[in-house]
Formats: sequence, C-alpha cells, structure tokens
Amino acid sequence: MNYEIIVVGGGHAGCEAALASARLGHETLLITGNKKNIADMPCNPSIGGPAKGIIVREIDALGGEMANTIDHSCLQVKMLNTKKGPAVRALRAQADKITYPKVMLATLENQENLTILEAMVEDLMVEEEKIRGVILSNGEKIASQAVILTTGTYLKATVLRGSSKTTSGPHGEKPSQHLSDNLKKIGFTIQRLKTGTPPRIEKSTIDYSKASLEPGDNIGYTFSFDNEPLYKVDDQIPCHLIYTTPETHKIILDNLEKSSMYGGYVEGIGPRYCPSIEDKIVRFKDKERHQLFLEPESIYYDDIYIQGFSTSMPEDIQEQMVHSLPGMEHAKILKYAYAIEYDAIDPLQLKQSLETKLIDNLYTAGQINGTSGYEEAAGQGLMAGINASLKLEGREPLILKRNEAYIGVLIDDLVTKGTKEPYRMLTSRAEYRLLLRHDNADLRLRDYGREVGLITDEKYKKFVAKKEAIQQLKSTLQQIKLTPTEEVNRELIALNSAPLSDGITLYDLLKRTEITLDKLQKYLPESYSKEVEEQVEIQIKYEGYIKKANREAEKMLDLEKLKIPEDIDYQQVHNLASEALQKLSAVRPSTIAQASRISGVNPADISILMIYLKKEHKL
Amino acid sequence: MNDTIAAISTAQGVGAISIIRVSGSDAFSIVNKVFTGKDLTNVPSHTIHYGKIVDQTEVIDEVLVSVMKAPKTFTREDIVEINCHGGIASTNKVLELILRNGARLAEAGEFTKRAFLNGRIDLTEAESIMDLISSKTEASRKVAIKGLTGHISHLIRSLRQEILELLASIEVNIDYPEYEDAVEMTNDKVAPAIQSIKTKLHHIIEESENGRILTSGIKTVIIGKPNVGKSSILNRLLDEDKAIVTAIEGTTRDTVEGQITIKGVALNLIDTAGIHETEDLVEKIGVDKSLRLIEEADLVILVLNQNEKLSAEDRKILSVCQNKKTIVVLNKSDLEKRIEEEEIPYSEIIHTNTLDENGVEPLKEKISELFHLEQLQSQDDSYLSNIRQISLTKEALSILEEVTVGVQQEVPVDMIEIDIKRAWEKLGEIIGETYTEELIDQLFSQFCLGK
Repeated sequence: MNYEIIVVGGGHAGCEAALASARLGHETLLITGNKKNIADMPCNPSIGGPAKGIIVREIDALGGEMANTIDHSCLQVKMLNTKKGPAVRALRAQADKITYPKVMLATLENQENLTILEAMVEDLMVEEEKIRGVILSNGEKIASQAVILTTGTYLKATVLRGSSKTTSGPHGEKPSQHLSDNLKKIGFTIQRLKTGTPPRIEKSTIDYSKASLEPGDNIGYTFSFDNEPLYKVDDQIPCHLIYTTPETHKIILDNLEKSSMYGGYVEGIGPRYCPSIEDKIVRFKDKERHQLFLEPESIYYDDIYIQGFSTSMPEDIQEQMVHSLPGMEHAKILKYAYAIEYDAIDPLQLKQSLETKLIDNLYTAGQINGTSGYEEAAGQGLMAGINASLKLEGREPLILKRNEAYIGVLIDDLVTKGTKEPYRMLTSRAEYRLLLRHDNADLRLRDYGREVGLITDEKYKKFVAKKEAIQQLKSTLQQIKLTPTEEVNRELIALNSAPLSDGITLYDLLKRTEITLDKLQKYLPESYSKEVEEQVEIQIKYEGYIKKANREAEKMLDLEKLKIPEDIDYQQVHNLASEALQKLSAVRPSTIAQASRISGVNPADISILMIYLKKEHKL
Repeated sequence: MNDTIAAISTAQGVGAISIIRVSGSDAFSIVNKVFTGKDLTNVPSHTIHYGKIVDQTEVIDEVLVSVMKAPKTFTREDIVEINCHGGIASTNKVLELILRNGARLAEAGEFTKRAFLNGRIDLTEAESIMDLISSKTEASRKVAIKGLTGHISHLIRSLRQEILELLASIEVNIDYPEYEDAVEMTNDKVAPAIQSIKTKLHHIIEESENGRILTSGIKTVIIGKPNVGKSSILNRLLDEDKAIVTAIEGTTRDTVEGQITIKGVALNLIDTAGIHETEDLVEKIGVDKSLRLIEEADLVILVLNQNEKLSAEDRKILSVCQNKKTIVVLNKSDLEKRIEEEEIPYSEIIHTNTLDENGVEPLKEKISELFHLEQLQSQDDSYLSNIRQISLTKEALSILEEVTVGVQQEVPVDMIEIDIKRAWEKLGEIIGETYTEELIDQLFSQFCLGK
C-alpha cells in the first residue's frame, strides 16, 4: 500500500488529522499503539466548557468530527455563562467514556482511504530535511509523503504516585521510548511536561445524600450545526457537588512530602490552571474548603470521577484522603490518581500551518506541541490534517487568524509565544472574543471548510440557506417601522419599555435591552428558525460592541499585512535589544503583527524592525 | 552610516555660553578643519580641549571642544560639542562654518531621533527629551526631567495595574463559571471601580494640562477694538521683561509675537501681528480669524474702553469667549464709566489705566491667580508632559465613559469588559507597553522617518 499521509497516534488530535486527510482523498494510515484506546478520554469525562466548547463548534464548522461524536455520546449537557453576554456562552457535555471512543472508531473504520494499524513508531525516515515515512519498533519501514505526529502523553511517559515511578501510558500501556530521542537528534528541543488525574470511585459505595445535585439544562443542545439533540432532556445523568473537609486538608498537609510533586520526584512542569489538590491547599492556605464535582464516566460501568481532586500522593494516603470526604467514608477507589510526565517539543519550532520548520511535510498536533485538553488537541489535529493535505495538493495552508477562531488564537500563541507549561485555551487569551462566539462559528469558518473540501454539498446548502435567512430577517426588521400609536405604546409599557414619541424600526427597537425578538413576533410576516433568530438578535443587540471589536481587529490585520521576508537576517537589524534579537531569530515571525506578539519584543524593537524593513525597501 | 548633523543645542539668546553639537561619522574631521589646537581626530574619547575656531585666517571665537567617540554618546555616533563664548552672532558664525565644511543643519529633534533610532533611548524618553529641548523655562525643565526619570511610567503603571485587577476578576467568572469563591462581577460592582479609576484619570489630566502650561507656556491672545489700549498693554508687558523677550518673527509655529515670563511660566502672546501698526486687530485680521485665535488660546485678554458703551462687536466677542479663561480689562479707568459692566458675564474684571506705570500689575496678578501659578511652582506631583500622552489619557477616559454608559444600559459585563480592556491598552500605549499602528504613525510623523 502506498500511503500519502501517516498519522502517528489515535487520540483526539490523531482522529481529526486522519479523518481530514482521508476525507480530502489522501490515502491515510493511522498508527496507534492500541486500537482500544482510539479517541480515549484518560482524564475528565467531559467535552467543552468556556472557550473549549467554542473550539468544538469551530471543529464542526470546518468539517471535523468531535462535535458530532460528542452529540452521539453525551450523558448531560449544560450551556455555561448564560447570565453573561453571548460571546462567552459555551456548551459543556459529560461524555460517556465508552460510547465516545466507540462512535469515533466506527467513523474511522467506515472512512474511505483510511487504514488503521496497531504498532509503535520509534523513528522517522528523513532525507534532505524532508520526511519520507516512519520506522516501527520491529524495524519495519513505512513510506509516506507526509507524517503527522499526535503522540499525546506517550513520548517517554512516566506515571507517578508518591515515590513510585512507572514507565507507562495512562492505561498501563507501553509508551514510545525512542521517538523523542530521535526527534532530539534531528534538532527538536524536547521539554518535559506533567499533568495529572484524580481517583475514580465505585458509584455504589458513595452516599449521595451528603452531596448536592448538579443536573443538566432542561433545553436540548448540540455541538454540531447539523445535528438535532440526540438525547432526551429528562434522561440526563446528573453530576454532584461536595466539598473537601478540614480532615482532608490535614491529611494532605501531614503527608505532603509523600506526594511525587512535593517529594521532588517530578521533573515536568505542570499546568497552573489545573493544580493538584495538594497544590491548592498549599497555595491557598486560608481556604477552608474546595469544591469537588462527582462526575459519572459511563452508563456501562461504575466509575465516578472526582473533578478537582487530582493528586500524586501514594495509594495509602489517597485512601485516607478519599475517606475524609463527605459521603465517601466507605468509598471504594477503583483507580488511583496519578501524575504523568511526558516529552513534548518546543512549539516555537513550528510554522503557523503546524508543519515543523526543521523537516518538510512533518506536522505535529496536540500534547506533543505542549497543549493540554481534548478540544485543543482535536483543533490542532484537524488543522494539521488539512494543511498536510493542502501541501500535498500544492495549495496554500489554511491559517486561521486571531479574529477568526479560537483555533487560530491557539496555534498563533503556540508558535509565537511557545509554552513552558501545558497550554489550555481560556477566553481571556482571545482579544477579539466577542467575534469568536459559540453561535457564529459556522458563519466564521464554514466557507473555509467548504473551500478546503471538508463540507459536503448538502451541509453547505443548509448553511447558505441559514445565511440568507439571517440577511432576510435583518432587512425585514429594518423595513418595518412602528408608529407611536396608543396600542403600540401600551404594549411597550407592558414590556417595561419606554413609549415611543417618534416612529422606530423594529431593528432599532430590538437594540433596547428589554426587547427580545420573540416579543416582536406579531409584527413579523413570517417566522424563522430559533438559530436564525438568535443570530439576528445578537448581531443587532450588540452591534455597537461588535463594530468596536471589528475595528480593533482591523488594526491587527493591517499589521498582519506587513510581511517579514522569510530570509531576513536579524543580525543585520542594528540596535535591536539583545532579547528581541534572540526571540525574533528563534520564532522567525511571518508578519509584523506576529512579531509584535512575541514576549520580550517591545514596541521600540518593532519600530526598529519596521524602519529597517522600510530602509531596505522590503516593507 | 548617517550623515553628519550640527546645530546650536542651547536655547537661543539665553545665557552666556552656547553649545554647538556636531554628530555623525565625520564630526571629528569636520570640526578639526576649523579648529586650531590639538588634532581632534587623534585625541582620546571624552576629553575637552581649548582652542580657536578660525575661518581662513580670521579668528571667530575662543572655544572649548568636547570630543566623544561612539558608541558611548547621546546619539551613539561620534559627537563634538563646541562651547562658544562670544555671544549669539559669533556662535551663528561658527555654526555656519561647520555647515560649510560638510555638516548638515540638524532638524528640530534630530539628535533625539538618532538616539532613539540607534537604540540609545526608548520612545517615552525620546518624548521627554523633545520636551526638554523645547522647554524654555526652569519650571518646564523640571516637568521634562520627571518624565525622564520614569514618573510617568510609574503613575500609569499603577493605574493599569488597578484596571488589570478588575479585568482579572471579570475574566475568572467567564473561564471558571462554577468557581464559587470568586465574587460574581456584575455591573453593579464594576461601576464604582470604574468611577474611581475615572476620577484618578481626571486628576491626572487636570494636573497635566497645568504641566503642559509649564512646558509650552500659556497661549495668550489680546483682543479688542481699536484704540482701547491693546498695544500699551502689550508694550508694558514686554517692557517690563525685556531681558527675556524673544520677539523673533515667524520663527515658531504659533507666530509668537512676544514672550514674557510670569512667576517662571512663559506667557506666549500669539499672533498679534499688525497690532503695532494699526491697533486694529479685529478689523485687520477679520472677525473669523479672531474667533479661530480665541479657539486656540489658553487665555484671552479682552480689552474694553470703560468710557464707551458695549458695541455689537464687543458683545459678540464676549459670547465667543464663554468657555475660555478670559480676563476683561476695563481700560481708561481715569475717564468716566459708561460701559454696562453688569452685562459682562465674567468675574475676572480688572479696572485699570494702562497708561500708568503700574497699570499692568493687576493684570499679571490676575493671570497668576487664574492659572494657579503659585501652586504650579510649589507642587511636586507628577503629570504627563506632552500632548500625545495627555491625549491618550483623555482617550482612555472617554472609553471608560462608554463603560459607564454600557453599565447604565445593562450591557452584559463581559462586553463592558471589552471597553475596560481597551482603556487599559490605551494607557499602555503611553508607556509603550502595547503596540498599535497609531504608535508607529505617531513615531513617523514626529521623527519624520522614511524615504
């Protein structure tokens, strides 16, 4: 078999990469250490949340698979931040850890042009700085034109519990022991990162009377723009909330030195935003209790995941800790918590397309690039799959800008700023987040997905119809004008809205905080879908703010147009501060905008760089 | 390498010594050509040498020259500074000679521009030095020096920190909606925080407007009908301060007719051209131009003859001056009072006779009072010292006004936060901590870079 693209790793990044490449017509091989672990969720049993949920929508808009898969496997769904503005709303679903991988595996197996192979990749075939294929642990060579590495935590993975250190992946499988050394030989900078996961408890041994109920929303939602809710609102599985006790804190403080982290057994750098329970207790001494969410992992088995209780304590201390929690006095631990260390590359060695700067046609995505999270991995996997395909077709890469997608922010941050800890997407990382909403991911990205070739005719037709309906409803609202009749004013007063003295279009009336589209229904000649109405209402109500965000984005886009020549020699740019010189030489930004986002490169350096480029007639 | 530039770097006409600065790769050889004494191309760096500047055989001045080699100089280029002792005429002659021998006359601020471009100083420092160069009085020099030592940065940084903390507390609710310990930031909680920041910005702007007056002086226009005594006021003001009068016509942008110093602050009498000949400003330059002048001025001195009733013209000018700091001089107090004083809507009214020797004293007192000049001298507060900084601060303030409006309209807090962030970034621009195209635009226009 002649493979065009090989994807190494079957996690969330690998699945999206392999599907994108196969769907774009490229003969694709997905190599995984264990087929059972394809699309596995080794940590929290949920998908989405602030920012992350929007990434899932973006994946769907571009033609990826994660949204559809979670729609088919959710136990509970919530829309978060509903009390705030539309820009920060995001979906989060509790996923069934059995169903999700099953649905994804079926999709992969049914995909044309895609072959799955169980094997371990230990080396790469490289000739003249171009990738030629991979070498398996048994020495077998498989040739290809492009390779996408999505190795997750499996590069030299080590599982830690207290002082015990085991060479293994999250489920006790063999990790790849040589691939990261071989990457290092090629010239990649390897860094050691760390993450962790809490213990799993047997559901029947928990006394839920001491916990409060956390149910799903009573409205049905979907992540995908093309699905109807596939679950019954009343049949959702609830989560529960409990708190740590003073006893829990005492056990942890008394045994702090026994944890891998405080005992000094960990080399890797862990994420600040996802601290272990011992970290939380040490850093926030004054806090009397911490929230813990009890989340079901599946309807097919009994494991309950204690969100917020990640630890690297030895097993006997974990027993004590768990038993100190309310309702867990007699709880049985099915799987102990652990910390895991793994190798990752320095993402500064990547282009915006996720192709490595060192080796042509070699791409990387997911945790190997220093991120954490299923959604972040899937977003990168999709982009790597798309861009590897486009490269083979001789087309320009698809690079999403910071004002177009969280995925764009994610990749730009990685390749511009690098990361020293596992990177998690947050809404605050997106400076144009009002433009990057949950509701408009399709309007932002579906045309790109179509152009690339991942959106079917049927889906695209549906999308175009929605766009047209939005336009139509907006212009209708602009055309219909209310006059200050007694009846109109009576109705307005009833809605707590100021009566009219002059005529007003429905469009302008909708800008009032207290007026919603469903209150104007009687004036409209026809009705529209909920989605269309929501979109129109957001666009009109927040028009002023959206315009402001667009103006800010345009300033950035102007700088984005100022390209820096690829062959620039920063040594020739006199008077750059030495830190700026070093950072610019390492990152080699493609535009002035990107250069200005590099930390340590300050405005004076940018001015000097622009003056240099102007002087050299390169700008 | 840059060409060699030269200019008189001390204020014209003030002080006994003038310094000519020459900077660039040919600085040593150019000065050496006209200098008798040691061979300047062959002396150690940062040394001072006595000698004469000669043109052919004619000795122009006895001088001390400082020789400083790159890169440890202000511009990071070779620099020679010539200390001339012979007064303005001979200093000009020395400069002329240097220019004839291969240097080019530096544009205003060009030394600073080179220092900036060669990485010697950053943008904030560059601006402060620009102010230092154009500062004409001791008081304004102090303001400029404060800018240099980082007072501006400190002031703005602490405000930005305050805003940043507010931003963070809003963001945490968004990214961690189920986290119970963070206080839910609602508009009700944001509003007072914003109000407090706005008050501080207001204060800074107010102080800074005063600071600007210290650096650039008070733009003053004297206005009134013919024969009311405008020129006698002007002449008395100028007479009394002859030592510091610099009546150089058409040399500055504001066409300053004359400049006097009151309590250390410059009073720039702007565009009173023609006042000497016809005494008829309004007639000569037309009402439109008078209005424009009033618009630009920091201070309007309206001179009226108290012996005459208010004319339509007077009333018009009175109404235009509503929003300006205005002093009304009711002149000719020796004559019978016919003017309807009660119809003049200002409290700052002076009765005087400017033909008297001490006739303008009450006017000077009034000016000092109006601009709090006494306080201005004694206060030790920090303020922003140039127009770019002040206007960025004003922009930040007006963005925060939008926040207040948003709060009133019950816009969701995460949208309001977008404006708070913009205000934070605006303040960052002052100290060069955020980057936008405007900063570069400003840079290129202020330093006239490019081809």
